[in-house]
Amino acid sequence: MLKRIVIGVISVALLGLLGFVALAWRPAMAPIDPPAASEFADVQIAKGRVLAGAGYCVVCHTRQGGESFAGGYGLRTPFGTIFSTNITPEPETGIGRWSLDAFRRAIHEGVSRDGSHLFPAFPYDHFTKVSDDDVKAIYAYVMTRPPVRAAAPANTIPFPLNIRMLQEGWKILFFRNGRYQPDMSKSAEWNRGAYLAEGLSHCGGCHTPRNLLGAEKHGDAYGGAVIDEWIAPALTEANPSPLPWTRDELFSYLRSGMSPLHGVSAGPMAPVIHVGLAAVPDDDVRAQAVYFADVDHAFARQPAMEAALKKALATSSLGSGQEHDPDARLYAAACIACHYNAGAMPLAVRPELALNSALTLSEPTNFIQVVLNGISTKDGGPGLTMPAYARALTDTDIARLAAYLRRTRTDRAPWVDLEKKVAAIRQDLAAR
Amino acid sequence: MTTFDLNGRTVSVRSPDDTPLLWVIRDELGLTGTKFGCGIGLCGACTMHVEGRATRSCVTAVGAVAGARITTIEGLDPEGRHPLQSAWIELQVPQCGYCQPGQIMQAASLLQDYPDPTDQDINAVMAGNLCRCMAYVRIRKAIKLAATRMRSSP
Repeated sequence: MLKRIVIGVISVALLGLLGFVALAWRPAMAPIDPPAASEFADVQIAKGRVLAGAGYCVVCHTRQGGESFAGGYGLRTPFGTIFSTNITPEPETGIGRWSLDAFRRAIHEGVSRDGSHLFPAFPYDHFTKVSDDDVKAIYAYVMTRPPVRAAAPANTIPFPLNIRMLQEGWKILFFRNGRYQPDMSKSAEWNRGAYLAEGLSHCGGCHTPRNLLGAEKHGDAYGGAVIDEWIAPALTEANPSPLPWTRDELFSYLRSGMSPLHGVSAGPMAPVIHVGLAAVPDDDVRAQAVYFADVDHAFARQPAMEAALKKALATSSLGSGQEHDPDARLYAAACIACHYNAGAMPLAVRPELALNSALTLSEPTNFIQVVLNGISTKDGGPGLTMPAYARALTDTDIARLAAYLRRTRTDRAPWVDLEKKVAAIRQDLAAR
Repeated sequence: MTTFDLNGRTVSVRSPDDTPLLWVIRDELGLTGTKFGCGIGLCGACTMHVEGRATRSCVTAVGAVAGARITTIEGLDPEGRHPLQSAWIELQVPQCGYCQPGQIMQAASLLQDYPDPTDQDINAVMAGNLCRCMAYVRIRKAIKLAATRMRSSP
């Protein structure tokens, strides 16, 4: 009897395993000879350049100091480090032997030319929305880049999670293959913005929190997440900026990296704007701004903006007079010269701290990162740099500044364990 | 190898990326008008302009300003006759003079943002520039004098 049950269970398990393998198996696509650049129309390549900018492919597919698109960038995930692959048209280490069909299958379904599943660190769950025409243009662009011979380092995902076939399970649970479907109740501009944001720009990849299996929580879309020791803030009404992100503010930010009523781009967001979206025309950037202004219901919150702005600016001169608070004096010595604003509107080149989410987020992470690293010509916006205080201020100093600003510029509960957090981020920066 | 625009000329420097801009300007490029005071961005003696905006060069890495337009005190005006410099001389502002290039560069940035600055504006924007000879009263007077002249002949 027991023997029968055991045989029965093993049979079912084997059948299940066979069934799973059948589901997961994908055919390899025949390799092609690398296409010549002359095979692609200039107008296609130009279109592909814009789309690859919207998807800022080069940012992930290039390692620091490496050649563009040659891969090797290590994406740190809870499951280990995954290295981006070489997507130059080099035949042995790149995708030179990938046909358009193979390329499209990777983008839409997350399957490599040889039939193995890609890890969702490559956000095919977003790229599945990209139209066939756009994939064709991106292919034209990618296949006409300079070929580079470079193999990516091995991923550090532990066994058995590194078995690619298991990704089929992840796909069954979390992935829906399909092109973008327009919402007919919204404008064409909104739909263009949604098509780009949900698809190529994969904003949710950073700005949506993930579950234990690493999939985006669709019930909390754009609810914010921690990325690479920075916080990608919520893009919904839950965004803690004192003023809402209106369409104009979003456009200014996504176009130039600067928004007078919010601040400047920094950390992982800087290359998205300055390397990626820089290639995208104004209309498309504006469309994304329209989309996200809807996501965060900015219009409904606009009436309260004037009062909130006034309140914030009233704190701008704190630290400029006779100060008895030693923390205020430290702020006056190190910060106020550049961060002070007078009058009714802050200047975009004087990022107003009282309007910045770095002070109102539940954790001081972004504030600490900016103080330690500064803002270089590659971050922020045109004409804007900030010194890096990592070697100038101690952990205690930075903790004091954080506490002082939180206390005087916001109504929020004080941050805790500030010195420990500064030390932790410093350590993480040193380890890179 | 970092390249940037210095006082209107393109320069390329060999100092490593993390070298403070102050050392690159003073040691590699030989422009010693900008001074070292504290090395941690808290005294203002090292102030110069990056893209026209006052920045503490002792805590700004040269790698962080690649491709940017840098202006030092030597480059503020080709003949040293910026309204601030003229006002400085007219009112005999400096005492020992050490902090003054930083003060002037910071004041130039102040007047760009606030062409008619109030005392509060001056207090805030000049707060990071220390003067151990306590010439603050003359500094304030000179800023206001220069501001008036710049407003009447832009």
